[in-house]
Amino acid sequence: MSADAIDPVFQLGERVKVRAMFSPGHIRTPWYVRGQVGTIERWCGVFGNPEELAYARPGTPRQPLYRVRFALRDLWDDYAGPAHDSIEIEIYQHWLEPVTAKEMS
Amino acid sequence: MSSYKRFGLTNLRDAGRGKSGPSAYYQTMEIALRELLIEKNIFTADDVRRQIEFMDGRNSGIGARLVARAWIDAGYKARALANGSEAAQEIGIEVGPTKLIVLENTEKIHNLVVCTLCSCYPRMLLGLPPDWYKSQAYRSRAVREPRAVLEEFGTKIPDTVEVRVHDSTADMRYLVLPLRPAGTADFSEAELAKRVTRDSMIGVAIASYAV
Repeated sequence: MSADAIDPVFQLGERVKVRAMFSPGHIRTPWYVRGQVGTIERWCGVFGNPEELAYARPGTPRQPLYRVRFALRDLWDDYAGPAHDSIEIEIYQHWLEPVTAKEMS
Repeated sequence: MSSYKRFGLTNLRDAGRGKSGPSAYYQTMEIALRELLIEKNIFTADDVRRQIEFMDGRNSGIGARLVARAWIDAGYKARALANGSEAAQEIGIEVGPTKLIVLENTEKIHNLVVCTLCSCYPRMLLGLPPDWYKSQAYRSRAVREPRAVLEEFGTKIPDTVEVRVHDSTADMRYLVLPLRPAGTADFSEAELAKRVTRDSMIGVAIASYAV
């Protein structure tokens, strides 16, 4: 970890779970993906934490940002389209956690 | 401060968009802050006007230029898909601090861009977003039933093609690289750019031969 940026810990293609946190304030993680499991599609770089920047704080340490892909059928039980339809969302690392073996299955 | 200043740029612009009446809270705050900054010589009223003129002057022709180049130059397309910001700069498009990701439509994948949290949009390539892009209906439904939304725009995507929605939630901005229309093999770059509409670069439509 450099002085003001956190190192990325997740790999391309890794399965990750979005934390089911419901903290107040300016949050860039939409509700509909919280608690959901997806796959790291791309690493975007490190960026100031928007939850800090929104309140005129420095936004450090900067957070790794990923694009995470979810199957739309995983997000919506009654999704009417085909199984391959998907969504990709940018999520900061502090909102992601590893997937347990049970959740993998 | 004299009262005529209450009818600042914000009010004039809103009047042009069919709004009238007293300023809302944040409009009043914006006017007060702007006037203060001008009085303290941080910037001038002309600086503000220039910036608004610049922002209003951008349009989807800028994005169309990038798409047309990618259609005729495979090497450029590869660079655009690898790093959208650098590819934009390569042809003289200033992208600013946000990062650009170019999403390629293929015979297998159709991309659609939305910002569910607000209205993030690649303004440096497409100008101001259309009103529907900012509407709650589009923002909520594009991630919930994208195929139904596409059909309402007249765009039917076969079930054999993956619909891939991109929620523009943070520091990236997205531009769809539409499929090149059939029958345009001998078109010039400028002729191709005419086929690239704003909606095709958001993903709610496809680029078509007809202009």
